[in-house]
Amino acid sequence: MNPLAIIGRALLDFLAIVGRLTRFLTRSVKMCFLPPFYPRQILRQFIDIGYFSLPVVGLTTLFTGMVLALQSHTGFSRFDAESAIPTVVVLSITRELGPVMAGLMVAGRIGASIAAELGTMRVTEQIDALSTLSTNPFKYLVAPRLIAGTLMLPLLVLVGDIIGVFGGFLVCVYDLQFNAANYISQTWEYLEISDVTSGLWKAAVFGFIIALMGAYQGFNSRGGAQGVGTATTNAVVSASILILVTNYLLTGLFFAGR
Amino acid sequence: MTSTPKIELSGVTKSFGNKTILRGFDLSINKGESLVIIGGSGSGKSVTLKCILGLLDIDEGSIKVDGKEAAHLKRGALDAHQSKFGMLFQGSALFDSLPVWRNVAFKIIQSPHMSTKEAKEHAIETLASVGLTADIGDLYPAELSGGMQKRVALARAIASKPEIIFFDEPTTGLDPIMADVINELIVKSVREVGATTMSITHDMASARKIADRIAMLYEGRIIWHGRKEEIDNSGNPYVDQFIHGRAEGPIKMQVRKA
Repeated sequence: MNPLAIIGRALLDFLAIVGRLTRFLTRSVKMCFLPPFYPRQILRQFIDIGYFSLPVVGLTTLFTGMVLALQSHTGFSRFDAESAIPTVVVLSITRELGPVMAGLMVAGRIGASIAAELGTMRVTEQIDALSTLSTNPFKYLVAPRLIAGTLMLPLLVLVGDIIGVFGGFLVCVYDLQFNAANYISQTWEYLEISDVTSGLWKAAVFGFIIALMGAYQGFNSRGGAQGVGTATTNAVVSASILILVTNYLLTGLFFAGR
Repeated sequence: MTSTPKIELSGVTKSFGNKTILRGFDLSINKGESLVIIGGSGSGKSVTLKCILGLLDIDEGSIKVDGKEAAHLKRGALDAHQSKFGMLFQGSALFDSLPVWRNVAFKIIQSPHMSTKEAKEHAIETLASVGLTADIGDLYPAELSGGMQKRVALARAIASKPEIIFFDEPTTGLDPIMADVINELIVKSVREVGATTMSITHDMASARKIADRIAMLYEGRIIWHGRKEEIDNSGNPYVDQFIHGRAEGPIKMQVRKA
């Protein structure tokens, strides 16, 4: 085959996907603001995405904070800068690792479950059935997940930040013989509100991306069990990649604003 | 005939990619009539129903319901159009996250004049009309057998007393006795709500039982239609082959899925 044709075809396919995704996105976002609303569905998603993700996010950030303290101790002890460890831990967790690690873990947990649930509903015609029962599937299925994802992830990350900093504290105080009071005061000393809020804004964007990719892949799944499996994989992979890319873009944006 | 047909299709074409499914589909159904479309697998029966419902957009031609054009509707008008229909899906398509009674009451519970208690009572009455007892209402769809699920799906399709009801292969996957029970229920419940119905099936016993008129779909066109008494003397070799289920004849079986 002509190599130019291959490039052209790949480009056209890519543009088609971007177009479809944009149409899906505008339609879903519009539905988040138009009545009727489905409070039962929204509440269910709050619990699913927010509450049930706590253990996963908590464990991830706890061990991230712990390993961060150990690693920075290895480095900083070489030039007697151990006192910088609390600052390094709290800034890394709140600005980067909290939102990114929580985002990736939730992408695995929630992105997959949204894609699998909506994908199964698609192949068993339940989404078509909604339309015949005077219910807009975007409003009933997609909007509650987008709302819950966008609002719940910042809360999860806030809890995760605290647990992550606590992880660093545990390692430093019980393993590396730091003074507990000093550690806490040094944690606060250089921390600014914007360090935390920039992380929470990121989390909101990541939550939106996770719910959107899960719903998009689920809605467009085809062809039975295998199709649902593919949709689930695509949802997790595309959400994870988009999280890493937007994380870079958002970090650039927050730095430029300072 | 002077009155406007309830549903009128003329010259409808629909293709997916370069595969044409419907090529000039003409059909009209009068108010209160029961029409059954027969045809082999992959002949475009399901696609026809989805086009009339507005779940799929047609390429050319016109679809009129109550004399009003129903193809290419915008969102608001599409919602109003779809609210006239009830549909029994091939795989029942019950919402597995909701108990049976919430499935049956799904549409009516959204009306602002209906309390949850009234909706539940109405659901239980509708379940009784398809021969199911009140205690079934609290079970989940996954706990029911295939035949029971079909009955619940039938109850859901008729619960809001729609003007038009579609049946997509209502007896597929059921044993002959349960199939006959479902056929009886379709005839009885349709008479009760006075709806116009359109069914697609390849089960001739079912077609003879529920139809006033039968139409045969082959390669995207209606090749024969007439009263059900006339089907044995249609003089059409395609119809003869189909109703006698002969492997030899003019119909070539389609291998690939529509």
